[in-house]
Amino acid sequence: MQSTLHKPAFNKYRFLWVLFFVMPGLIIVSVVIIYPLFASLLNSLYSWNGFERQAFVGLENFKSLFTKFPYNQRVPNALMNNLKWFFSAMLIQNVFGLLFGYLLSRNIKGHEIYKRLFFMPVLLPIIAVGFLWKLYYNPQFGMFTKIFELLGLARYSQAWLGNAETATYAIIIMNIWRWIGFPTLVFLAALDNIPEDCLESAHLDGASEWKIFSKISFPLIIPSIMVITVLTLIGSINVFEQVYSMAGLDGSPNYATDTLGTLFYRTAFGSQASTIPVVSIGSALSVIIYFLCLIFSVASIVFFQSKEVEL
Amino acid sequence: MILNIRFTQASFGKKILYTFFQLLLVTYAVAVLYPVLNMFVSSFKSTREIFLNPFSLPTEWRFENYAKVWKSGGFGIYFLNSIIITSISIAMVILFGSMAANGVSRYTYKMRLVVYLAFLSGIVLPLKAAIIPLFLLMRNLHLTNSRLGLILIFTAMGLPSTVFILAGFMRGIPKELEYAARIDGCNDLMIYRHVIMPLSMSSITLVTIYNIVPIWNDFFFPLVFISSENKRTLPLGVASFFGQYQIAWDLIFAALSIAIIPMIIIYVFMSKYFIKGMTAGAVKG
Repeated sequence: MQSTLHKPAFNKYRFLWVLFFVMPGLIIVSVVIIYPLFASLLNSLYSWNGFERQAFVGLENFKSLFTKFPYNQRVPNALMNNLKWFFSAMLIQNVFGLLFGYLLSRNIKGHEIYKRLFFMPVLLPIIAVGFLWKLYYNPQFGMFTKIFELLGLARYSQAWLGNAETATYAIIIMNIWRWIGFPTLVFLAALDNIPEDCLESAHLDGASEWKIFSKISFPLIIPSIMVITVLTLIGSINVFEQVYSMAGLDGSPNYATDTLGTLFYRTAFGSQASTIPVVSIGSALSVIIYFLCLIFSVASIVFFQSKEVEL
Repeated sequence: MILNIRFTQASFGKKILYTFFQLLLVTYAVAVLYPVLNMFVSSFKSTREIFLNPFSLPTEWRFENYAKVWKSGGFGIYFLNSIIITSISIAMVILFGSMAANGVSRYTYKMRLVVYLAFLSGIVLPLKAAIIPLFLLMRNLHLTNSRLGLILIFTAMGLPSTVFILAGFMRGIPKELEYAARIDGCNDLMIYRHVIMPLSMSSITLVTIYNIVPIWNDFFFPLVFISSENKRTLPLGVASFFGQYQIAWDLIFAALSIAIIPMIIIYVFMSKYFIKGMTAGAVKG
């Protein structure tokens, strides 16, 4: 330890100081986050009577999740909807986010205003935005209906939230409106970080705009694309408030908009339609949600790491 | 900058493309702004007028919509609850988070990585999914239906990312500053208070915004834990109000405006900080 030469030797109570700094936070995190994480793993292996833990049943709860009615229908249905959330977000939100981010990074006219404006909805409470859009989607008096009428497209207008075919997408569109500023600004920051001389020399060598983007900019912002992909994945698995505000806890109509989040909440705490909380199945569901988050995050990090380019 | 999009020198094909992109951006800007504007304007109309003339200005500005929502709708109380709960939670997140970041980044000891990982465990895994054991725990501690319980949860929710961001920053503060302070007779607490914290102020601002938005907006935990009307936060209040006044669109628009407009006003003045703060977890540097 040659550094002790320079270090003043006042560190007799170092260990106590570390404890002093770390302990308050560590206790809160352990009690409120780490303990419940492990407890739900454990809880999923027991049978439950209300909120009382009963006998050890092994993986029985997970089996029921996929074999017992109604779960064997609700779980795949919810998973499908979460997939819709993920792919729509990747295809629309992140692709347009990248386009917007790119245009802003090229200082297109008005970029400062666009930047601030597009990001604004990110700060708004999901639940309030959801209710607002629910009013706008109203088939009789909603703003969208009126706009369709004004444009002479009234016959194409419909109860977007009442139709099982369109309901999930109607909610997803609200969420894209709310969130698109986030990928836009993350991509913008990444694109702005690319050294300018790189791009300029390519430009002077006569590379086309598309070539500069696809061969230089895009490979260099892959870390941000990875971050956004992981966040989109985690966000899509955890969709809850959006559906709660616009389609209710039961994912109406007829579970068409149900997601893992709403299904989990209903199972754990009950709702008007299915009143009794089922802690055993709920815990099994929560474990599945954890594993999905974990597996997908790790997988996409590994996938993108192999494609990362360093300057 | 040579690569700025310029209209005048561009070829014809590019001009069309730029015009198209500019149109796209303008359209989207309107799409962002108009729903919020319509909400605010509608909040001064009567329900009948909203139904009949959704796009026009109100014939008579009905400020009493807000008075009704604020008083009999309970939004005055919800607003106050949200302010109390958010500010105490943020204070605790910043205090304990910066202390922990200091303990994790400025000292070397065997368990350091374990402690750090314990804090980070909350970043990837959603706390929402652990709600059943958390609910049972809070019930045993008699912290359900209590503001204190919510504060505790929000504090825990904010700590992982706070420790991550602050530890990353504090690691870069030169050791020499610390040694100099020690020679001047500072103990570890004084170093934290008078050296580390002042130097970390820029990241503290960042982290404050990073946490304030999700905590202020959170709906899930109040939904699970709060049952009395006088303890509701703003998002929970909006939800219960919406359920109760389904057809009174004038009042609903006023209630939604109360939930949405204050955030926008703050954002107008501090947009730079908000953009930097909110993307702090996803953007390097």
